[in-house]
This record gives sequence, structure tokens and C-alpha cells, in this order.
Amino acid sequence: MMKFTQSCRIHEKKIYRNEALFYSDQALDDKTNFKTFIKGAYKYLGQSYPKFFKMDRLSKLGFIAASVLFSDRVLSAYAPEEIAVVMANRHSTLVTDTKHCESIKNREAYFPSPSVFVYTLPNILVGEICIRYGFKGENAFFISNQFDQDFMYQYANLLFQSGETKACLVGWVDYKDEADYSAILHLLET
Amino acid sequence: MGNLSMQGKQVYAIADNIINSLGFSTTEVIQQIEAEQTGIYQHEIEAIYPTPFWASLVNNEQLQTQINKEFVGQSVEHYFTRLEQMFLLSIQDVLRQTNIDVKSKRVLIIIATTKGNIDLLEQANRDTWYYEKFAERLDMSYMGDVLQKYFGNPNQPLVVCNACISGVLAINIAQQLLQTEQYDHIIVTGGDLVSEFTLSGFFAFKAVCDGICKPYDQDRTGINLGEGVATVLLTTDAKLAQKYSKIRIGGGGSSNDANHISGPSRTGDGLNIAIQKAFKQAACSAQQIDYVSMHGTGTSYNDEMESKALGLANLLDKPMNSLKAYFGHTLGAAGLMETIVAMASMRKGLLFKSLGYTKHGVSQPIQVIQNTQKHKIDYCLKTASGFGGCNAALVLAKIES
Repeated sequence: MMKFTQSCRIHEKKIYRNEALFYSDQALDDKTNFKTFIKGAYKYLGQSYPKFFKMDRLSKLGFIAASVLFSDRVLSAYAPEEIAVVMANRHSTLVTDTKHCESIKNREAYFPSPSVFVYTLPNILVGEICIRYGFKGENAFFISNQFDQDFMYQYANLLFQSGETKACLVGWVDYKDEADYSAILHLLET
Repeated sequence: MGNLSMQGKQVYAIADNIINSLGFSTTEVIQQIEAEQTGIYQHEIEAIYPTPFWASLVNNEQLQTQINKEFVGQSVEHYFTRLEQMFLLSIQDVLRQTNIDVKSKRVLIIIATTKGNIDLLEQANRDTWYYEKFAERLDMSYMGDVLQKYFGNPNQPLVVCNACISGVLAINIAQQLLQTEQYDHIIVTGGDLVSEFTLSGFFAFKAVCDGICKPYDQDRTGINLGEGVATVLLTTDAKLAQKYSKIRIGGGGSSNDANHISGPSRTGDGLNIAIQKAFKQAACSAQQIDYVSMHGTGTSYNDEMESKALGLANLLDKPMNSLKAYFGHTLGAAGLMETIVAMASMRKGLLFKSLGYTKHGVSQPIQVIQNTQKHKIDYCLKTASGFGGCNAALVLAKIES
């Protein structure tokens, strides 16, 4: 029997942990952009993790969502390989794809970079979360046009039924542009 | 043989297709592999890369011929992108092999891809009718809908986008979904293109081989990108399995190294976790494995990591290979394409030479297959690893006749 134990939601410069407001961008000025917002959240969390600054927007969004969800919780009861991460989004890595394209569009100013290119795969955000928390269990990333909680829960349940997964971080981390991004993370446990 | 896995329902692979540089059907591709023929050549295509590059490309004229033959009078090239055309051909071939009803609610399509219709972002395609017409197909979920609609399947396709493990992962996901009461058959298809986008990225990593790649070899210098589509039809219908196939999906698993987003772990423990999960799900031990088909991209780090993982999994004495020197690294299609070749190996009782290997170049004494040879294969382990530190493994088993 799997139970839902923790959640985190991020959208429109607000972060909710277990449905209670955890952080919002203090400056109500609409011009405050995503970059400022997410950096503010990182600082608010007070955890030092320099790799954060190398991440692209999508990975930062997923990383902060996980950081908030786990800010008062450590999954010490489980072995690393028992913790699964299953995510989805709609826009894959659109913003970073564009950035990579910019770097290659002009043969005279051709500068593709591995540190940009690596973020052109959406499952990298799962990798970043796994690295941060030492999760070594099942991974899956899906592309769908909206967060299909029923399917994600069904898939998590199948993982639990196999007996090898005891906790599963399930969610949606999507970034299209400054006006359109969202993260929804749920922690499911046996 | 005859061990039942942890799963409730047995899952069988009953039809398959591969489209890549070596051909447009599994039979054609296997013929080329048996003849030790590679599909990797040096190409000069400025629109894809400023200097000549070695890659495995699907021939456009041949693709057009196949399309015209299979979809007579449908002007498919006006309604579908290049990658979608390959998906259509591949799925059509698989459907034709067994006559299942793709329009049934009991059938699901799962698509594995890393970048989908990424050729749409090529500079050379900007301001062309191709881009104008198909730009929205960059959305991989929409691409899935397009394929679903063509075949008249009523279920929203699943799109698995998990780097280079997508193909193996999609098979594992299909096997798990077939345990529910929802589906009888799942069409698992995977595809990716060689494009300006991906090639430039791998070159930026200095991970591209200037020649045909050499997995596990001392002188290996990197990958060759490959393109294509592969499709396998999975079912819980035992009668169909007896009629069409002798292969069962024993079980699988995935994992994360939790180490680095672009480099594999130095220890191979992440991949070993996935392998152990696959063994457990398949109720199979390392001793029972007759052959291991690995990811073997030809990079220094990946191949070394794999050799360590084989050591941890007690599989060092098993004949193993990488197929990447035959048709390149096909990214989202790789796991599927290579699993299908592994299944052909099992059916024919034939181990294929690990092309590109001459001098041992990894720290562990792995048994790289140096000559194509007859060998009974009842159990096969397939592995894949990818960016983001992910790994996937699956066990294939021959069913008794």
C-alpha cells in the first residue's frame, strides 16, 4: 500500500510545501524574473550546493522543488536503490535547446559547449536530484501534454509492487518561459 | 529455462522491425551484421556539421522508395516528418507480422526518443516549408499523437524521454504495464535522428570518433552517432508467443549512479544495481546468462565502467558485445534496436562479433566476442547507460517450444 507523504508545488514565483506557503518572491514587482526568484529560493533554503549555479532553468526548478520537499525530511529509512524518481514534463528542455542552437547557428561563430548541451535532455534534472540525495533506484522521464497524476501514481505503484522500490518521488517539472513554468512533486512511500 | 519471473503475467516479444543504415527490416539488418558489414561511413553534409564526420545514416532515397511502396498514394512525405516516416514504416511492418488490432483499446503505443523531430531546428531547415509545416512536432507528445492518430489507436501514447536508456526502459515499462488488466499488447517503438543539434553537442564533448568506433578497444576514441527506428510488439498472449516467437521478456530494472550528470560512475555500481534488479525480476542468476549485449559506445569512460559493472555482477566470463560499430549510437532507439538484434542472436543461436574490437582496452577481463559463432543462448542480458547517470537492464529468455 503506497501512501502520499510530502509535496512541493512551484509556480508564479511561489513555493508551497505540503500546501503551506514556503517561499515567495518578496518583491511583488512583476518584472522580477525566474532567475532572481529561483536564486532567492536557493538562498532561503540556506544549503550550500555550488553545482546549483551550473544548472539550467529546468534543472534549477526541479532541484529547488526537491530541496523544499526534503527540507524537513531525510529518507534514511531506505537503501539508495530503493528510492525511485519518476518525472514528466511537456516542453522537454526547450529553453536550453534554443541556447544550444544559438551556439551553432553561425559557422563563423560556432561555439557549442558541453555544459549547455548536457542540459538538452530532460532526465538530467532527475540526475541532479539523484546526485544531491544519493538516490540510486528506478528512473523514468516521460513527455506528456499535462501532469497525468493517475498514470504517474499507477506507474509508481507498479514499481512498489515489484518489491524493490520503497519510496518514489513522482512529479512534473516543466519550464517553457518566464510566464509559464511549474513544478509539482509528490513523495510516495510504502 | 522455464523459470517463472516475479511478474504475474508472462510477456513475450512477438514481432519486430529495425530501420537503420543497414536496412529497413530486422532480416535485412541481421544479414548485414552476419556479414560483418558496418553502416558507418564518413559523410560530408555541411548542413549537419562543418567538417566531414563518421556516422550511420538512413539513406534518403531508399527511405523514399520504402515510403512510396508502403503508403501508396498517401503523399506521406507531405504529412509526416522524416523521423515520423521511419516510425510509420517500422510500426506498419510490425503490425503486418501478427495482425493484432491496433485500433483496440487493449493496445498501447510507447515511444522512446531523446530529441524527436530535432531536424526541424537545423539552420538549413529554417524558413523552409518543412519547418513551417512541422514546427509544432518538436513537441514530442504531439509527435506521439500524430502517430497514434495515423494508426487509429484510441490510447494516448506514452513518450519515454530518458537519454540513451530510453529504449530498454520503454521495454521495462511496457512489461510492467502488461501486468495490469488494461492492455494485451504494447507496441514499443523508439527512434532518433543524426542531426546538427546532437552531433555538435557530442563534438563539443570531444566524444566523437574520427572513424568507426571501437568499443572496449585500447584505441577507442569515442562514438559514432546513428539514426533509425526500431519497434517491438510485446504481448501477454501465450498462443501468439508460440506462433510467432520464442522470446520472453524475463524482467528488467533501472537505476541512477547518483554520481555525475555526464560522466559514468568509476565503479560501475549503478549499472550493477540495474542488472541485479533485472535478475531478481526475471528470477534469473548470473550463472544462467549465456550472452550479454551491452551499451559499449566506444568512449573511454563508458566502456571501462561497463567492464567494472560486469565484474560486480559476476559476468566476466560471459560472451559479450557492443553493436555500436555496426550502426552507431542511435540514442533513443539504441536500447530497442540492440534488444531486437539480441533476440535474433537468441533465435539463431548466433553470437555476433563485437565489431571494432581488436586490442583489449578495459581494466576487467571481459569476454568480448571476437568472431561471429554458433552458441546456444537461452538467457541474454541487455544493458544501457545514459547521460544523467541513468542505467537500465533487461533479461530476455527463450521459451520452450
